[in-house]
Amino acid sequence: MVLSINGDKHEVTVDPDVELLIVLRDYIGLTGTKYGCGEGACGACTVLVNGNITRSCITPVNSVAGKEITTIEGLEKNGELHAVQEAFLATDAFQCSYCASGMIMAAVALLKHNPSPSENAIVNAMNTNICRCGTYPYIVKAIQLAAKS
Amino acid sequence: MKNPDHLQHPFEPMTDELPPEPGYHFILDRRKFLALTGGGLVVAFVLRDMLSFSGETLSPGNSQVPVSGVGAWIHISEDGKVTVYTGKVEVGQNIRTSLAQLVAEELMVPLSSITMIMGDTDLVPYDAGTFGSRTTPQMGPQLRKAAATAREALLEMAAKNWNTTAGNLKAENGMIVNAATNKKIGYGELTKGQQLLIPISDNVQLIATKDWKVAGKTVPKINERNFITGKHQYVSDMKLPGMLYGKVLRAPSYGAKLLDADVTKASKIPGVVVVKDENFIGVAAPDVKTAIKALEAIDAKWEENKGHPSNENIFDYLVKNARGESGGRNADDTKGNVEQGLTEAEFKHSKTYNIHYIAHVPLEPRAAVAEWIDGKLTVWTGTQRPFGVQQELADVFKMSKEKVRVIMPDTGSGYGGKHSGEAAIEAARLSKEAKKPVKLVWTREEEFTWAYFRPGGVIDVSAGVKKDGTITAWKFNNYNSGGAGLATPYKIGNQKIAHLPSNTPLKQGSYRGLAATANVFARESHMTDLARLIKMDQLEFRLKNLEDDRLIAVLQAAAKSFGWNGPKTQGHGFGIAGGFEKGGYVGCCAEVMINGDKEVKVVRITQAFDCGAIVNPHHLEQQAMGSIIQGLGGALFETVQFANGKILNSGLSSYRVPRFSDIPKIEIVLIDRKDIPSAGAGEACIVGVAPAIRNAIVDATGITLNTLPMLPNGALA
Ligand code: FES
Ligand code: FES
Repeated sequence: MVLSINGDKHEVTVDPDVELLIVLRDYIGLTGTKYGCGEGACGACTVLVNGNITRSCITPVNSVAGKEITTIEGLEKNGELHAVQEAFLATDAFQCSYCASGMIMAAVALLKHNPSPSENAIVNAMNTNICRCGTYPYIVKAIQLAAKS
Repeated sequence: MKNPDHLQHPFEPMTDELPPEPGYHFILDRRKFLALTGGGLVVAFVLRDMLSFSGETLSPGNSQVPVSGVGAWIHISEDGKVTVYTGKVEVGQNIRTSLAQLVAEELMVPLSSITMIMGDTDLVPYDAGTFGSRTTPQMGPQLRKAAATAREALLEMAAKNWNTTAGNLKAENGMIVNAATNKKIGYGELTKGQQLLIPISDNVQLIATKDWKVAGKTVPKINERNFITGKHQYVSDMKLPGMLYGKVLRAPSYGAKLLDADVTKASKIPGVVVVKDENFIGVAAPDVKTAIKALEAIDAKWEENKGHPSNENIFDYLVKNARGESGGRNADDTKGNVEQGLTEAEFKHSKTYNIHYIAHVPLEPRAAVAEWIDGKLTVWTGTQRPFGVQQELADVFKMSKEKVRVIMPDTGSGYGGKHSGEAAIEAARLSKEAKKPVKLVWTREEEFTWAYFRPGGVIDVSAGVKKDGTITAWKFNNYNSGGAGLATPYKIGNQKIAHLPSNTPLKQGSYRGLAATANVFARESHMTDLARLIKMDQLEFRLKNLEDDRLIAVLQAAAKSFGWNGPKTQGHGFGIAGGFEKGGYVGCCAEVMINGDKEVKVVRITQAFDCGAIVNPHHLEQQAMGSIIQGLGGALFETVQFANGKILNSGLSSYRVPRFSDIPKIEIVLIDRKDIPSAGAGEACIVGVAPAIRNAIVDATGITLNTLPMLPNGALA
């Protein structure tokens, strides 16, 4: 089947029910998207499918064939970071950063739908993403900074 | 507790989580070392009494440099680049950055010219591990000394070149400068063509903390761009040519015995390698899905153990199974006469505090990639103890440590939970049989079930107090939680304090702050209850009984910033708690609100933190914040549920960790004590959170909650 990821077409031969996360990481080599729980409960595996937040760990790959998939690797364009990445960089938000890709993808989607979210809106939108290092307050700050820019 | 012969190092990992390991030093071959670094100047930490240096350079005849237990070395190459080799590892605490800052400060080089090589057993000197907040207080000063030694050596070398004395020169931005003559020479030029190996000097002059320019300041995380673009390769992201994916057959419950397993079907799946070695059964396959299929094709029969306790009856179990051992950290710490102190009391108060087992839940579960080449094993794995894992592998495969290399790329956190090398051993076992590199990543369920937990415990406290606030007696018995934070900082003439280990039904081990979280919870809860008995303010009662200036200072700083004496809304309560751990002092104030449905909301937390001289304010605040937020989980709702030898909530949908919506307003007040050596920052801040919240709930409602977690359902019963 053919997948469209970060604007590129990828032909993969894989069972239709294999999770998108496994295909991205093991078959295509896009390892920026992480495994954290495998049950849609932590957000580490968040990618965008047609611009919408998707948990790739519970998404069968055949359900996204032909759709536009964006992963963390697709945000940087021509060596330029996405505004949300810039904001996270400036905030120095993360510790181990294992949650970073999922957080940033969720933030990108949030800001697209709501360009200037209130703190409450940020908390609600991001609440399904876990950072076990407890960097939440800095993530909120980074998103607020990204909203301003 | 006081007998030094029995005193276990207080920061060591707990014995249950580790295999016994002999203390050892590895001998570094000088030629190998120079081959590794090329030319230039090297400053190494060495055991002074084990070698004799002749002059500054090592005499060629003496080719072996023994490396001390806490080692590191610094290399300045012929192009002026600085490389720091240390056995410490990066698990998100940002020591890659803070250690580099310390070196940059002493060596007078830009931060960007420093490369940190960390946690690679072939490249770095032995290190016991990254735990117990030891990096900053121990590795920090060592690296400062090494960098300063290098700086002085470079000054001497330049002085010799220019026929002057080092006193006329200064180091600046990677150069030695003679201000009088305006001559400059780069470090690289000075070391060109040299092969110098010099020992660290103990007498070297360090830059005074108050004069710090790079250290002590907020600088961003090194390599941060790689992390926010998804480029950083965690072990679970690695892929080697020809690599297979491993899976291990797990027992259905703890203690289950494998009776029989038929692996024929699994072995027939194309590309699958099955390893059956005594009670280890694992598979390696070209992709993860095939590995899972192969595992499912194995027909295994188990005999399960009956009679496991569950978290319903765990506290009785721990008390009943207490081992009456004493000695070491478990010896009674007795002062005065407790019974007499209780008789003298005007008010007495006894309570039992219960602590549930909780899990670390590092977001990246255990992972390893193993590869055998010509009898040498290389394993990449996320561990806080690369040399410990090297030893484990050497023991398991009965080979010398020199044949085992463990590499630890910056990892998806640990919190004290990644001291052991299970995944490394499993991947190596599979790889050996498959004769190909094997990657093994634990599932979340495996991480919840087969790693280790923070111990559960029971703490009995009996105390007596007089109306004027004098504490007459303090009896404190901790079953199984552990010895950290056991002693009381309060002035009490009569005390009896003990830790009684028990037979834990779950594998237990280190966790951020160790048992201090449990012990400080019991102690500080009890202190507030005593204050209430004699109708004294919680803070005033503490201050009346304290002598430790730093603890007094953090309590006062927290109270001031919090507005301890300020107005309180109806239905709200204020609580306070203080403590110290690993050289860091915390004072913590909390405000809670209780609504009509008895739901408790933590409104805000103010924490004052003093851990000596601050190395990087932003990263220090982050560590404090991380500890507070992790502390919230254990305080309010985290519990490992288990029964019949099984973990019942082994997923992130059933085991609840703090999320965005759980976070109250958190204020952190950092106290920069430039006059006190820096302590580690990753642990102390966890200890005050639970008791401060608990005491705020008492203040609001009079209800005393004595079990951690306090509010598994979010509301008072
Ligand atoms: S890994 Fe997909 S939500 Fe956790
Ligand atoms: S920074 Fe470690 S999980 Fe978020």
